[in-house]
Amino acid sequence: MSAQPLMSARGLEKTFGEGEASAKVLHGIDLDLAPGELAALIGPSGSGKSTLLTILGTLLKPSAGTHHMLGVDLTGASEAERTRFRNRNLGFVFQFHHLLPDLTALENVMMPAAADAGRETAAMRERAAELLDAVGLADRRDYRPSAMSGGQRQRVAVARALMNRPALVLADEPTGNLDRQSADQVMALIAKINEATGCCFLISTHDEHISARCRRKIELLDGSLVGQGQSTISSASSGAGA
Amino acid sequence: MRYAAKLALRHLLSSPGQTLLLVTGVALGVTVFIFMSALIGGLATLLTQRTVGSIPHVTLEMRERDPRPAQLPGTLQTVVQKDLSRREQIAVWEPFVTVIERTPGVVGISPQIRGSAFVERGQAIAPVGVTGVSPGNLSVIADIRAAVVSGDAGLPVDGILIGETLADDLGVRVGQVLRLVSDRGRERSFRIGGIFSLGIASADRQAVYMNFRAARALFDLPTGVSRIEVKVAPVDDAPRIAETLRRATGLKVTAWTEENAQLFEALDAQARTGTIIKAFALITIVVGIASAMLLSIVRRRAEIGIMRAVGASKRLVTTVFVLEGTLIGACGAIGGALLAWAALAPFPPVSDVPGGGLPIDSGQGQFLLAVLLTTAAAALASIVPARRAASVDPVEAIGQ
Repeated sequence: MSAQPLMSARGLEKTFGEGEASAKVLHGIDLDLAPGELAALIGPSGSGKSTLLTILGTLLKPSAGTHHMLGVDLTGASEAERTRFRNRNLGFVFQFHHLLPDLTALENVMMPAAADAGRETAAMRERAAELLDAVGLADRRDYRPSAMSGGQRQRVAVARALMNRPALVLADEPTGNLDRQSADQVMALIAKINEATGCCFLISTHDEHISARCRRKIELLDGSLVGQGQSTISSASSGAGA
Repeated sequence: MRYAAKLALRHLLSSPGQTLLLVTGVALGVTVFIFMSALIGGLATLLTQRTVGSIPHVTLEMRERDPRPAQLPGTLQTVVQKDLSRREQIAVWEPFVTVIERTPGVVGISPQIRGSAFVERGQAIAPVGVTGVSPGNLSVIADIRAAVVSGDAGLPVDGILIGETLADDLGVRVGQVLRLVSDRGRERSFRIGGIFSLGIASADRQAVYMNFRAARALFDLPTGVSRIEVKVAPVDDAPRIAETLRRATGLKVTAWTEENAQLFEALDAQARTGTIIKAFALITIVVGIASAMLLSIVRRRAEIGIMRAVGASKRLVTTVFVLEGTLIGACGAIGGALLAWAALAPFPPVSDVPGGGLPIDSGQGQFLLAVLLTTAAAALASIVPARRAASVDPVEAIGQ
């Protein structure tokens, strides 16, 4: 483990609802992620994996505990601050690609940067084209999502997650909707990008093939961490660049 | 803003059929708005034209010598009665004509001798109002010359023009002789030179026109005139011109607007009705756009969620949907304005509208106002749905 973790969560708890109808889904999670890690978040359905990812992705606030990343206290940040932080430092890959259907592959990849700047620039186009090239879709840049296969869409989603050179990419069942061959291709791509860029990936998955390719396994059971392995990276670098 | 505009445009182009339907709906609303403006405006113009077309716009008369209290020394208070010893006439009128002629906005002057008389034919007697004018001024106020349906409008000293209804009542035709007895007790016979039909019942039954000089003799008025009638342009300037003439001449000056208050009340009521119809057209547009935007937001909930998840600000999401609504409004408004322009083009000018025709004045269609109001209304109608879009919970929307 590096002396300065990329992300640090202490005592994270999450309760949904109030009173007798409340349900506590996370119980005092302590977790550190180091720059450059490739970690799998595993556990059965309902164990709290998605809830933990959305909290670490600043989409949801914990009921208790603290959450720091890159030295920023995200627990006390306002919604606007968390949105800006998310845009600039976090990437997301979801089970369903969730590409915008009215934009081309290139425009979808550019979206996080354009949304931040309020316009698309030549530099963004160049960066997005490089990313599409890196995920093997250079010839699909002008295709709409509806004209691409599931595996291709998910690769575009991976490229989109990397657009703003995030320090951490959170992937929630990124291969859950793909066939074996496409799933392996996407995972191989993630591993390659992690190796090449040093971008930290935390991948929630049920798939043992996927978790087997990760260097660290973090296991959740009924909202509690029952194992989180050891970080294999001690790099001091943070951030990424494809 | 540029990126938001791009996303808004892509949303609209992704469902061209639905977008076209929305824009068409807005365009029809705008067409109704413009058509109503042109119709209400044209109707007002027509009514004003018809009303002021045959009446004087400004009338100058001698001030009435009204009774007034007079305070004398001591406790005795007396009242000076109305002076009836003299005729109310403008005795020296030529200098006033010069003053009136030099007043900007005046387009016609008609000094007149007016009086009451009885027309006698056999046992039939009919009360009439006589107007004595010089033949050259006959059509300055009402276009009598154009209204002549029988005979001619030449006005010799022994000739008169009478209305069609009066001619029918008395059973007379052009060339026959009528005897007139004035309220001054003078009698004289005149040959009917022409019969006119102004389409105004009171004028066609009771008005008689005669030569200025003949009227002097009939009403025993050797020098003065009863009144000076004036036409002005534009007619809306009549009150201002009347005030100018009042100060310049010291006479009693009346603008046509003072004697036609009912017309203005009717025009006001008509304008209010038009405003209500136009407001409903705008409300329809607002409700239509707001509903369409809400539906669009429900349909794009997951997209909004993913945008928010990757860090798009609430402001960007709001701007996208406000622009989407505004674009629909602006396109519909411009389309509606073009549609209205094409629909109104075949209508003749109000002055040429035939009887029973629609008096459409496309110049009063308020095209620019309709386009601006509709676009602004569309933008406003989109704000609430857009704010709802911005408040979409990304976690819930993307099912994470």
